[in-house]
Amino acid sequence: MALRRSQLAVGQSHQEVVVENLTRTQIVMYAGASGDFHPFHSDERYARAMGLPGVFAHGMLTMGLTGKALSNFVGDGRLTHYAARFVSQVWPGDTLIARIEVKALREQAAQSLADLEITTRNQKGEAVLTGSATARIDA
Amino acid sequence: MAVERFPVEAGQILQFARALGDANPIYSDEAYARGTELGGIVAPPTFSQASQHFDPEFPLRPRPGRPWFGSAAEDKGPGAAPGSEGGGIGLYAEHRFVYHRHLRPGDVLHTRQHPGESWEKEGRRGGRLRFQEYVTEFLDAQDSLVLESIVVGVTTEKQVGE
Repeated sequence: MALRRSQLAVGQSHQEVVVENLTRTQIVMYAGASGDFHPFHSDERYARAMGLPGVFAHGMLTMGLTGKALSNFVGDGRLTHYAARFVSQVWPGDTLIARIEVKALREQAAQSLADLEITTRNQKGEAVLTGSATARIDA
Repeated sequence: MAVERFPVEAGQILQFARALGDANPIYSDEAYARGTELGGIVAPPTFSQASQHFDPEFPLRPRPGRPWFGSAAEDKGPGAAPGSEGGGIGLYAEHRFVYHRHLRPGDVLHTRQHPGESWEKEGRRGGRLRFQEYVTEFLDAQDSLVLESIVVGVTTEKQVGE
């Protein structure tokens, strides 16, 4: 269901757990789906040899997980822009919570748009992704 | 490098959605999707990353006969690791998508790449940080722009004499 401008207000927010207790297997699934097979994300021996505590998630997995919350909020196929900054590493065992807040409602070329601010945090409350998006909404 | 042919397939969309733990039927159930305003299955917002499978020179995929840098008999393989994920861009700082329409099964896309804007900033611990955008345009069979995918990489430059 797409959002209606008349039912939206600046400051309104949507929050969603986008992954709970992230498994190494889900990271491997993302490697297979995206084609990014960097051993940092699937090869524990390599990651440790490189001085890391172990494998970590692709930044683009976090962006994809956060995109799930965005679509659930604004509706399918409604995004016109989606931008993410990777501010902290995501590790196996992490639980991620995406929060999306309406920053502005505007009209452009007879189309109603909502500008959104995004922060995805881990179970410790640390931001792992910050970003923004714009979605087409119904009048 | 540019991808000459990126066929968007329903099975690949299903696998991508599963990797995100996303059970939304818009990504897999044709009958459901037909009844929505979209009129059919679409791909998740970050799905264009799957085009990496169709880049013949993508450096983050092992290929037969080429040294790989991940573990096998040893913890590190003999291959050279690219600079970062994405391949030699420095630190992967940011990713942006601009959607002109959403990808659907049956689309056959190709890409065009060009450097975007670049800027510099003073790092917190001295040295300059150099940000560089890398723009990939996804075009359909009619050469219409479908999607822009923009990666921002950041590299540090130690200034001589500082």
